[in-house]
Amino acid sequence: MDKNKVVSMEEALNAIKDETCLMYGGFGGVGNPPSLIQGILDKGVKGLHLIGNDAGFPEIGIGRLFTAERVQTLITSHIGSNPIAGEQMNQGKIRVTFFPQGTLAEKIRAGGVGLGGILVDVGLGTIAAMEKMTTKVRGKEYIIEPALTGEVGIVYAKQGDAYGNLVFDKSARNFNPMVAMASNLTIAEVEEIVPTGELDPEGIITPGIFVNYVVQSEGVNWPWHWET
Amino acid sequence: MALGDVERQRIARRAALEIKEGMTVNLGIGIPTLVADYIPAEQSVMFHAENGILGVGPSPETGKEDENLCNAGGFPVTLIPGASYFDSTLAFGMIRRGLIDLTILGALEVSEKGDLANWIVPGKKVPGMGGAIDLAQKSRRVIVLMNHTDGKGRPKIVSTCSLPLTAPRCVHLIITERAVIEVQEDGLALKEVLSPYSLQEVVKATGAPLMY
Repeated sequence: MDKNKVVSMEEALNAIKDETCLMYGGFGGVGNPPSLIQGILDKGVKGLHLIGNDAGFPEIGIGRLFTAERVQTLITSHIGSNPIAGEQMNQGKIRVTFFPQGTLAEKIRAGGVGLGGILVDVGLGTIAAMEKMTTKVRGKEYIIEPALTGEVGIVYAKQGDAYGNLVFDKSARNFNPMVAMASNLTIAEVEEIVPTGELDPEGIITPGIFVNYVVQSEGVNWPWHWET
Repeated sequence: MALGDVERQRIARRAALEIKEGMTVNLGIGIPTLVADYIPAEQSVMFHAENGILGVGPSPETGKEDENLCNAGGFPVTLIPGASYFDSTLAFGMIRRGLIDLTILGALEVSEKGDLANWIVPGKKVPGMGGAIDLAQKSRRVIVLMNHTDGKGRPKIVSTCSLPLTAPRCVHLIITERAVIEVQEDGLALKEVLSPYSLQEVVKATGAPLMY
């Protein structure tokens, strides 16, 4: 190991600029990196191209970037929990592309592990398969789905060390391990930064080789919808 | 018209009878979520949540919620013994492999062939499909829980869906506040009429022929 990847929030945010293609982990706000999102808001970054499972809620997680009008395009599976994102889509302010959730997850994983894409039959016979390339393998039809990659990936982990090895927390894992692999530069926001060697190698979910920066989290700074 | 709490609970209670010992079950958002409350404590069922949990247990007591332990609807849950966490590719790998025995979800329309429409009303409501296509197409059995009619009293069970499909020919059973209807090879079979509705009321509110 040649490098301590722990950096300040300010240094990490240098990677995120206007119109960056930003991939994010999280599902309904759970597992979205709160301090990085706050940092993006404070820095004034705009025109972002986002890739992630959903649009959170208007005041929760990644949804806050829609409320603050920082988003230009979104590749996702669902925005039903964020009516502001829906309104912006209907008004033509943001362009949204939808994929079935399992397909989206695999497209991101493919991007993260050096594959060109995946073959999947989910959505055949529906408008989700319209204008898609298909192919037959052993007589069975599949949609050809290209891999997805981002310029910067942001993830939220429970623990991480200076090399960038990551462990996630319960259902906050969701899209984070795939997003951690699929960008040119990955920033891991970590609840607890531990000395290298302290994490059980058997329990590491994301090996540090995929991670470029580790930043200390300040924790979730929004009320959850089940609390209000 | 919107269903009252009594009717929602009654649909959920009836749907729970379809869950058998040892099944792996995914519950959608809305009335399907209520079904878990009617599973007998001694019955061994693995509830799958597509955000990455197998073995979802009951809701936690107020004050004991864990913000990082939620179901796909975003509400805090607990675990049962034997539960596991995993990422979204594995969550959907289980679905795509056909390892989910039963999915219970809501619908906008169901056709007499078992076609399901539940994710988009073009030009009006475009929330995205989420995991609905994966679940509807790949689960071994699909049960729809819904109002028998829409907000204007029009049938939601129809000969041919007018809305874009979530998946063709995927629904096995429909449970509404009025009836239990099975999708069979040769059409829809009316299995039960639920009180206080009459046979005529069910037939009249259904937009496809019923066998009974």
